[in-house]
Amino acid sequence: MDIHEYQAKKILSDFGIGIPRGGIAYSPENAEYKAKEIGGSCWVVKAQVHSGARGKAGGIIICNDALEVARAADKLLGKKLVTNQTGPSGKIINRVYIEEASDIERELYLGLVFDRGSECIMVVASTEGGMSVEEISNKKPETIIRSKIEAAVGIQEFQAREIAFNLGIETGLISRTAEVIEGCYRAFSELDATMVEVNPLVITKDKHVLALDCKMSFDNNALFRRNDVSELRDKSQENPSEVYASDRGLNYVGLDGNIGNIINGAGLAMASMDMIKSAGGEPANFLDIGGGATPEKIVKAFKLVSSDEKVKVILVNIFAGINRCDWVAEGIVQALQTIKIDMPLVIRLAGTNVEKGNKILKESNINYIEAHSLKEAASKAVEALKKIEVK
Amino acid sequence: MSILIDENTKIIVQGFTGKIGSFHAQEMIDYGSNVVGGVTPGKGGSTHLGLPVFNTVKDAVKETDAEASILFVPPSYAADSAMEAADAGIKVCVAITDGIPSHDMIKVKRYMRRYAKSEKMTMIGPNCAGIISPGKSMLGIMPGHIYKKGSVGIVGRSGTLGYEAASQMKELDIGVSTSVGIGGDPINGSSFRDVLARFEEDPDTDIILMIGEIGGPQEVDAGKFAKENMKKPVVAYIAGLTAPKGRVMGHAGAIVSAYGESAVEKVELLKESGVTISKNPSVIGDTIKSVLEGQL
Repeated sequence: MDIHEYQAKKILSDFGIGIPRGGIAYSPENAEYKAKEIGGSCWVVKAQVHSGARGKAGGIIICNDALEVARAADKLLGKKLVTNQTGPSGKIINRVYIEEASDIERELYLGLVFDRGSECIMVVASTEGGMSVEEISNKKPETIIRSKIEAAVGIQEFQAREIAFNLGIETGLISRTAEVIEGCYRAFSELDATMVEVNPLVITKDKHVLALDCKMSFDNNALFRRNDVSELRDKSQENPSEVYASDRGLNYVGLDGNIGNIINGAGLAMASMDMIKSAGGEPANFLDIGGGATPEKIVKAFKLVSSDEKVKVILVNIFAGINRCDWVAEGIVQALQTIKIDMPLVIRLAGTNVEKGNKILKESNINYIEAHSLKEAASKAVEALKKIEVK
Repeated sequence: MSILIDENTKIIVQGFTGKIGSFHAQEMIDYGSNVVGGVTPGKGGSTHLGLPVFNTVKDAVKETDAEASILFVPPSYAADSAMEAADAGIKVCVAITDGIPSHDMIKVKRYMRRYAKSEKMTMIGPNCAGIISPGKSMLGIMPGHIYKKGSVGIVGRSGTLGYEAASQMKELDIGVSTSVGIGGDPINGSSFRDVLARFEEDPDTDIILMIGEIGGPQEVDAGKFAKENMKKPVVAYIAGLTAPKGRVMGHAGAIVSAYGESAVEKVELLKESGVTISKNPSVIGDTIKSVLEGQL
């Protein structure tokens, strides 16, 4: 789960890390008021959307008086910001963050992630803040500092100090910088984060160490014990179909193609998508309804996939393991009695009691195309699509 | 032989008396697995499915000499149960549970470092289908009947895709020595490489099928290991060619976040290591057949 910059900064601040003074605003008037409240003579108005690269997309505006702040907020609020990370449809700006401008001397990069190779938490730092970490590793890989943290004992002061020295921090600011690194580590480990990225971490001309921008992601599997984090979820930043799916225990990812998929199991779902591609088609979605493939889940899956306007053909591929094909077939028949599917439907069942399952489908009055193997299912779905396109 | 489990392996079920635990325990018993009891804290002393229930894994091991366990414990308690099994001297523990927090899994793996190599438990999973040595024992939730006994070792992340491969093989009359599901989570008990090393040592395994997917470094590491340390041929299929970057595809671990983690890159790197690639999921059985017949 991702959160907004202002929420991440609040967390950093709770862990003792310096952030510029700022406040959240929901309207131009509100933004102007916040600017005056913060004081000073230069502010940054920042669109709050779940994406990086907001600056390049016009989502960050520097203002020199409070009226300008109101105008900038007016320009951003209610609009969709399209960045190189949001996809072409962009993400809605429902709030802006007003922050005092900082007089920057140095920009650094600081990130914490799980390193799956070593199964440790890894601190990644660089002197080249402001660029994305991908950019840094392409353009200035020699500046990247990595430090593995032993999760059982947590980060040690010497490790944080070492990173600070390696970043070339001046002596007087070493312990302050080390405290920032340790604070980020504590936030990461105490809140079940999967990523904490402060980019840039800045040293200001008046010698403060501040987190100027911050991104955080959290482990969805740990939200059950993190109420404070769960509360920060903003569904307006997520794809509506994906929200619908996740609220109903389905795993869905929307894609650009036109063959909709209903599959049980994540691996089989990916494999079916690959098979569609190999047969000359494009999948419209990833959808894993879970190993069990219960009738309730099948109904929800049909509703979800058929609501996508791009979808022209639906492919159902269920490998019944512990459950049985006859039971899955009954679920499909039931589902199609509650919702009308007005497009070609290819169904492939496999596994336990497959003959019984296919018999139930045949004897029902549902209109579908039967397939027996993964390959046949994919090629029949692509054929059905071609027939529609010819018409 | 086979790896990890055979007909003699004594098994206990953790989370024995729950609905899911009961169902799969019965399936395992029906398959012929040597299930000797189960653990549900607070229900020790009672009998379930005709077998004794214990309060702790230590009690169960003491009374039954169990060597293997399978976890059907909810995500919030699963890490604790795995550590309890390790401490009680269980040798192989399969965690079926989907949804264990990554921080908990890191804790489990650190915890297990306290044991000498000879004493250390092998953990399989979490978020996996488990292990089956066809005709001998099943320590998992797979449909046992789709696996024919034979000489191909299978190691994979996904449950249903593993079933797909096993049933393609059965149709071609190709059998399996042991199939191991290592699960779809980013931090797992055993890696592809760990399981490949076991298959290399197993006299009954002639060839290994590795079913990987996008995300993480494990498939590529396993390829390097195979090149440097293995004589037996390895066939691989990597799912997720059409998966977009930076998105989680169902399995918590199926996300491309670095070079070498996409399906295309994994396939290239595996080829460099001499691994034979099944180019799509419908020819997994055929690919194994042609390698077995030495036609490649």
